[in-house]
Amino acid sequence: MSLQVSDLRVYYRTLAGDVKALDGATFSIADKEIMGLAGESGCGKSTLGNSLIRLDGRMKYVSGSVNLDGAEVPIWDKVGMIPFRFREISVVPQYAMSAMNPTRKIGQMIAELVESRGTEFREIKGELERRIDLVGLGRDVLKRYPIELSGGMKQRTVMVISTLFDPSLLIADEITSALDVSTQRAVAETLVSFRDHGFVKSMLVITHDVSILYQIADSILIMYAGKLAEKAPTSTIIQQPRHPYTQMLVSSLPEVGVRYADKKLAGIPGSPPSLLNPPTGCRFRARCPLAFARCIEEPPFVEVDTDHSVACWKATGTDA
Amino acid sequence: MLSLNRVSKIYKVGTFGGKDLLAVRDVSFDINPGEVVSLIGESGSGKTTVGKMVLKLISISRGSITLDGLDVGSIGGSDVKSYYQHVQGVFQDPFSSYNPIFKADRVFGMIRSEYFAGVARSEWTDKVEAALRAVTLEPDQVLNKYPHQLSGGQLQRLLVARALLLELKVLVADEIISMLDASTRIDVLNLLAELKGRGMGILFITHDLSLGNYISEKTVILRRGVVVEMGATNKVFGNPTHPYTRMLIASVPQLHKKWAQIENELPSAIAGGGGCLFHEAYPLAGRTPHSPADEPTLAKIEEDHYVGCFDLEGENVGRVA
Repeated sequence: MSLQVSDLRVYYRTLAGDVKALDGATFSIADKEIMGLAGESGCGKSTLGNSLIRLDGRMKYVSGSVNLDGAEVPIWDKVGMIPFRFREISVVPQYAMSAMNPTRKIGQMIAELVESRGTEFREIKGELERRIDLVGLGRDVLKRYPIELSGGMKQRTVMVISTLFDPSLLIADEITSALDVSTQRAVAETLVSFRDHGFVKSMLVITHDVSILYQIADSILIMYAGKLAEKAPTSTIIQQPRHPYTQMLVSSLPEVGVRYADKKLAGIPGSPPSLLNPPTGCRFRARCPLAFARCIEEPPFVEVDTDHSVACWKATGTDA
Repeated sequence: MLSLNRVSKIYKVGTFGGKDLLAVRDVSFDINPGEVVSLIGESGSGKTTVGKMVLKLISISRGSITLDGLDVGSIGGSDVKSYYQHVQGVFQDPFSSYNPIFKADRVFGMIRSEYFAGVARSEWTDKVEAALRAVTLEPDQVLNKYPHQLSGGQLQRLLVARALLLELKVLVADEIISMLDASTRIDVLNLLAELKGRGMGILFITHDLSLGNYISEKTVILRRGVVVEMGATNKVFGNPTHPYTRMLIASVPQLHKKWAQIENELPSAIAGGGGCLFHEAYPLAGRTPHSPADEPTLAKIEEDHYVGCFDLEGENVGRVA
């Protein structure tokens, strides 16, 4: 087991009270596994990703533990996290376009970055160039400024920088959302090749685009309103989802080949609840077509099949 | 109804506008009543520029756009107002389309003061409520609210309802669902598809092929301002012929097929041995520097299916140049 997260709760402090953006997440990512994390905006997926690497000032650690390769990760401790960041846990941020220092040439920036971590640039220069080649960029990008690169090139450069120290866990937050379809594919395939080359041991890919996850992820975790809804291997999530939210989400996605005239898709009525004072019981209850009396109690996130966990009373077969 | 005839747009760029940037080149297509035309292209392909020209937000450099025979480019003065009675646009970001200081339903009030000044209040209220119901919104849930109190999907549907108050013929929908969540975007998309039942023509601008394929009758694929392939949606997606179209379709992430599988399933490259169909159909292509106005810019390869030049990197992409 590479990463194990148990009962992680991270809230946002606001004047109106705590926003329970991540309310009890328990899951694990195996070695060599690419896990996708999907959900609507505001469901807490980025909060989960960010809390694994850096809690910003508004975020409040409430409870739970994170364990990476047998070592406890002190995510509540800003200073204690320093040895983990970049070397053990690394991130590719959503807006890679603005992730690089615009006043430095890229090579210069990388040199300053690794030297700040106590590593001589010479030691890693060969490996850096090899990886730049691997992602299909010319070595001359190191002599260029970020402004000279296109969005997809910057995205790939940032991916190379983030994984330079072969981290155990890479968090990729919405990295394909701002790209064109053809670049999207190149970036997504680069992620897979990083895993195959062993640059990263396991990966958490956060996106709202389930179809991208179907292409690259081994397993998918669906979140709804700060809670985990369903986790299963990719093909199971797409073909036999058990949670009503997953079922509605997957069936609302238009695909090439599906036409309005032949098959009218339906969205999910309603909108997610406010996380400031989330409803008790199942949080999907108000939008769920299958909701019944039991849903007033909170459904546990339990394994219903091998590697397949669901938080729904109907799916766990205890609806009697 | 709305017809684009070899429309081009040249932007002045560089210091003092010293350089020309040809953003859109010889784009021609028609939108008929009750038809959704999807204009698909990657960033920088000029798809939004085409939409802006239809909406008269920017001038047309060459060519012409006509609405029922009326030349859009030459409309001026008070006629502009009556043009906007027939043609309206909805844009990508619903949150910046509204003034946050005013209530969201102010957009209806502005339509009233501009176009329906003489209409009685009760009659107007009925009209607004009918338009809101048409976009599946409950009037008491959305009226009298500020933009931040409404969701992106609701705001976007309000803008469509605003357009419905007018005698709309053409709606330009520029990436209207790309900022919405997966669970709500399909509702807005279905709404557009229902509007065509009212005889409206919709120009659906998107970078997402699966969305375009879902609702449109006709597909136009733009690359660097040039139409590379257009025609009936089922023909363009069923038999993609231009290498660029094929690459786009192979890159779309799908739910039930992996990328490698899609690539294998695409009908084998160009039928008949790899020549450029465009140049076969128009053998003079590439020899004269400029295309005479009466020559076609696309080769017809089957009924309702047209393809531009295959010579992707060449100077004369997509035109009989």
